[in-house]
Amino acid sequence: MVALAIAEQELPAAAGASLDVEAVSHAFDIDGAVLPVLDNVSFSVKASEFVALLGPSGCGKSTLLRLVAGLEPPRAGILREDGDPIAGPFPSRVVVFQDPTLLPWRTVWHNVALGPEAQGILKQQRHRVDAAIDLVGLSTFRNAYPHQLSGGMAQRVALARALVNDPRILILDEPLGKLDSLTRITMQAEIAALWQRSGFTTLLVTHDVEEAVFLANRVIVFSDRPARIKADIAVDRPYPRHRGDPKLVELRHEILGLLGLDATW
Amino acid sequence: MSMSSTASRTAELAQSADEGAILAARPLALPASLWASGPAIFASLAWIGFGLSCLLWEDLGDWSRTHELAIAAFVIAAGILVAAPNALRLGRFGKGLQLRAPWLLALGLFFTLWEVATAKFAWLPLPFFPPPQAIIEVYTDDLPKLLVSVWASVKLQLGGYAIGAAAGFLTGVSIGWSRSVGYWVHPILRFIGPLPATAWLPFAFFTFPSSWSASTFLIALATAFPVTVLTWSGVASVSNAYYDVARTLGAKPSFLVLKVAIPAALPHVFVGLFMGLGSSFAVLVVAEMIGVKAGLGWYLQWAQGWAAYANMYAALIVMSLLCSGAITLLFKTRDRLLVWQKGVVKW
Repeated sequence: MVALAIAEQELPAAAGASLDVEAVSHAFDIDGAVLPVLDNVSFSVKASEFVALLGPSGCGKSTLLRLVAGLEPPRAGILREDGDPIAGPFPSRVVVFQDPTLLPWRTVWHNVALGPEAQGILKQQRHRVDAAIDLVGLSTFRNAYPHQLSGGMAQRVALARALVNDPRILILDEPLGKLDSLTRITMQAEIAALWQRSGFTTLLVTHDVEEAVFLANRVIVFSDRPARIKADIAVDRPYPRHRGDPKLVELRHEILGLLGLDATW
Repeated sequence: MSMSSTASRTAELAQSADEGAILAARPLALPASLWASGPAIFASLAWIGFGLSCLLWEDLGDWSRTHELAIAAFVIAAGILVAAPNALRLGRFGKGLQLRAPWLLALGLFFTLWEVATAKFAWLPLPFFPPPQAIIEVYTDDLPKLLVSVWASVKLQLGGYAIGAAAGFLTGVSIGWSRSVGYWVHPILRFIGPLPATAWLPFAFFTFPSSWSASTFLIALATAFPVTVLTWSGVASVSNAYYDVARTLGAKPSFLVLKVAIPAALPHVFVGLFMGLGSSFAVLVVAEMIGVKAGLGWYLQWAQGWAAYANMYAALIVMSLLCSGAITLLFKTRDRLLVWQKGVVKW
């Protein structure tokens, strides 16, 4: 409990950054053919907002996240973090991928320490690494190797590895997509609590409509590829939320309708 | 089932529960230990047989270590006999003995057969198949020369292997990482690499100033090719997701190479080092037989030239121990460095 209290004091520091996506289009070259994936997408995310991006599988949401992370430049348009154009990856924007992608040769501790080590500030930040591991409840596993962890634990490590960098924008690319439903429900609540406490801006790509309305302030619904924005829906409910909240259930129905899946309701 | 019923019957006879337990344990203890040390007792008998086979008949040749060999065999037999019933008290050594008792038995039988088939009845033609005492004689009487040869081989092998492994590793990482290095080096590698290093022998021996440097070059060449190819394929097959993760966390290219690409490629690198070790042994022996006037390969050649077949076998045994030791060392290093892998193959 003491460790957790220290973690709460030390981890949240930088407030969230705002994000502007301005007329962004992107395409891939596949065997000489051009495959458009994003078509003139524009939206803004306010500082410390939690925005979920929802859309059919393969529509280009994950590509959008790669652009926000700076892993690739867009073919057209511009992305801005707090007004400054995004030119490449930077630890203020950290991604948690669908696979935990922990480095298998590093222990839990050294995986979480990856960011500070890469930035050459590990010596000053060792206590932050400890705090981040405590925060996700894995302090007894700090010396374990990734192959010894369950899927949920590995994803928690990935979350700690992101949080230790004090991100201003946390980018979640279906981070719970491969977990079993019980672990997913637990981790959804944990993510909501973390976000509320730390105040970073969060972008969440998900296939799960319930997850989107349960977590986000806003849900942006995309069309089939190439992705266009179909709807931008505010989820104006206080936290902590309840899955059975009639307003959330209603929103879920509305969004499923937008995705053409309301017949299953 | 029968054990527990025996135990309960003894327990009924006993005055108290404690006494019952003692009684129940006693009849079981003896056969259990006898069963466990059975193979060891047979092994001991086989070694006694070996010792006797040395003494029972006259040697057909003139070998000076027959009696010493027989004494050594009796000592080993006695050692096994004493240790076997006390295996439990001897801890790890005792356990190892129990585990290897069948092998000790087989060895004892093999040596007996070898002794009888060579020194005593010459069922195998004699100068070509020397008896065990002849080989022991080499180790006792020709030890200085053998040790000098071992040292020469180890020096040559270590130098060549280290240079080849380092060069192969660096080349592999460069080709795997940089497209432009790959463009230039890859065709050269494809052209030269598959050539057996021994094919370079004539070239090496007239271009290099000494046969020692020529051999070092050849051993390095034999090592470098597999190390290069496997390091390269290891670096090239690192998942892009790892690079993405490291880049979003602020990693610079040097960090990506040193802390992501190389550790991820290490399992491949060790396969390359293992293959390189094998082919470099071959080159070492050939180089020593042809050009270098030292080392175990040269000793083998010399022994054959003088029809000193016992010396040849003695050198072969030493060589096998050295090569096997080198591979064991490599695997131990790998196991230590790659603890993070699941289910690493045991050597």
